[in-house]
Amino acid sequence: MTVAVAYMPGPEGDAAVDAAIAEANLRGTSVVVINATRGDALVDTHYATRAGVKTLDERLAEGGIDHEIVRPMGPDLADLILDAAEKAGATLLVVGLRRRTPVGKLLLGSVSQRLLLDAKMAVLAVHAAPSTH
Amino acid sequence: MDAWNGLMEGFATALTPMNLLFACIGVLLGTAVGVLPGIGPAMTVALLLPITYNVEPASAFIMFAGIYYGGMYGGSTTSILLNTPGESSSVITALEGNKMAKAGRAAQALATAAIGSFIAGSIGTALIVAFAPTIATAAVQLGAPSYFAIMVLALVAVTAVLGASKLRGFISLFIGLAIGLVGADLLTGQNRMTMGIPLLSDGIDIVVVAVAIFAIGEALWVAAHLRRRPLEVIPVGRPWMGKEDWKRSWMPWLRGTAYGFPFGALPAGGAELPTFLSYVTEKKLTKHPEEFGKGAIEGVAGPEAANNASAAGTLVPMLSLGLPTNATAAIMLAAMAGYGIQPGPALFEENGDLVWALIASLFIGNALLLILNLPLAPVWAKLLRTPRPYLYAGILFFASLGAYAVNLQWFDLLLLLVLGLLGLLMRRFGLPVLPMIIAVILGPRLEYQLRQALQLSSGEWSTLWSEPVAVVVYVFLALLFIVPMVLKRVRGAHPVADADVTSGSDSDQKVGS
Repeated sequence: MTVAVAYMPGPEGDAAVDAAIAEANLRGTSVVVINATRGDALVDTHYATRAGVKTLDERLAEGGIDHEIVRPMGPDLADLILDAAEKAGATLLVVGLRRRTPVGKLLLGSVSQRLLLDAKMAVLAVHAAPSTH
Repeated sequence: MDAWNGLMEGFATALTPMNLLFACIGVLLGTAVGVLPGIGPAMTVALLLPITYNVEPASAFIMFAGIYYGGMYGGSTTSILLNTPGESSSVITALEGNKMAKAGRAAQALATAAIGSFIAGSIGTALIVAFAPTIATAAVQLGAPSYFAIMVLALVAVTAVLGASKLRGFISLFIGLAIGLVGADLLTGQNRMTMGIPLLSDGIDIVVVAVAIFAIGEALWVAAHLRRRPLEVIPVGRPWMGKEDWKRSWMPWLRGTAYGFPFGALPAGGAELPTFLSYVTEKKLTKHPEEFGKGAIEGVAGPEAANNASAAGTLVPMLSLGLPTNATAAIMLAAMAGYGIQPGPALFEENGDLVWALIASLFIGNALLLILNLPLAPVWAKLLRTPRPYLYAGILFFASLGAYAVNLQWFDLLLLLVLGLLGLLMRRFGLPVLPMIIAVILGPRLEYQLRQALQLSSGEWSTLWSEPVAVVVYVFLALLFIVPMVLKRVRGAHPVADADVTSGSDSDQKVGS
């Protein structure tokens, strides 16, 4: 029993982690943070830096929650996240939604949409809260 | 034509709107490929060789010159921001440059690299104007034996001095010479190594070889290592320098230039040695020795100037003797051959307008690079996010198109694939690409000079050392082997410490430019 959260650096990712911490406290479970990359470019801004992972780790430790950070690499982000969440035995997957124009979504696809459609567990979708940041 | 008039006419050619546009495209393209590790100016010029079929020679070379210098600039950006040298010549830049960037001084590191490159490039180009025509005039009088000696020197130097392993270098050299031999014999018309395939009797086109080794080989290599953990890039704004930075940079710039140019101009060339020497010198002379190893601006300014000055120096043997010492120069010579222009000492006489336009465009390209590079640095950094599949799909497309366009026959595509596999294997087994590509280009010319010399002497081998220049070159060649051995003995206890730079692409490491 655990709460999985699909994370990437940025306000959406932070909002998702906040929501996951709140849910885990409510349910009394642990948190699995999943930060995936395709690994096909030299630089991937959606992949947390070492410093980023450290602050994330500290933030989770502060909340006093049992946690784990996994960073899989593979061709399909949605598959990676779902596999990692299932492997951790997650009963809830938290996803941060990015604001995207319909055209942008048409061109680039959407990992969040795939997660919503294909996840076997319950999915909690959160927005970045611009005012609180 | 005297040098000054020639240069002015060159500027007149290079400053037409059309050629200025080609220069702009060249520097932008050059910087872009320089930023991306694994894709260098050599590959880019090779991929662009087909445009030589319908573009004026002057315009094509103006663009190639832009790519050549642009690649240098781009390489330093990657070194500084990512600690992954885009080119072998920027390895040293990464030492201090990346430390500076990590300490929050990326903008200053990029600025000193860009301005240093500009100054070194301008001085270097001015030195080309001063030396290349003189050397060419002297070289016209050389006979076949001297030429043969100089070419042997260039081949051996590129093979044995640059790169880590002499054995690997020579394997690569002989592969290149073998490929150069394929086809009908120049003098007797006998078929050599054609394996009974008539299509091979014309020889293997250099465009196909270059594109296969640089583009296909690299693409296959990348495909074999497609997914890697992303690296951490250091965010950067617009590069700028404070007064203190200027004060600490200008001497290293000039000293770096003084190191780089002569090394580039020697047939044994290469930018690795002068950049390293410049780094060591700056470390010794600096007033802030405590900063070295933690991001000293002198350690970026000196080597960056040295590598650009060496790039300029490389053009001296290329233009005055027709002798390439790095991959990009080799492919530019192939482009000349494509136009039916004979590279060699007669170049200034016979194609003066083209050569001077090329040199003038180096000045222009250098200035353009400075103007473009300072404000565009953040954009170049974004280029590093390009997913490899898109990038290499494009490269494969242009590679096939280029190889097919040479003769419009399917056989060339087959050759492209076979040689591309060879390129992959060379990368796999750590064979440097540079000796091979230079051997393919120089091999046939080497053979021609040798046989001409032997024909004139009716088969007397002693003719090979009958000219004073040839003797001097052979002595130099012998020294080239002895001196490093002695140095190794002496310095055995102090191995060079550049181990903490991650190598960006194993393949382009040795290609250099």
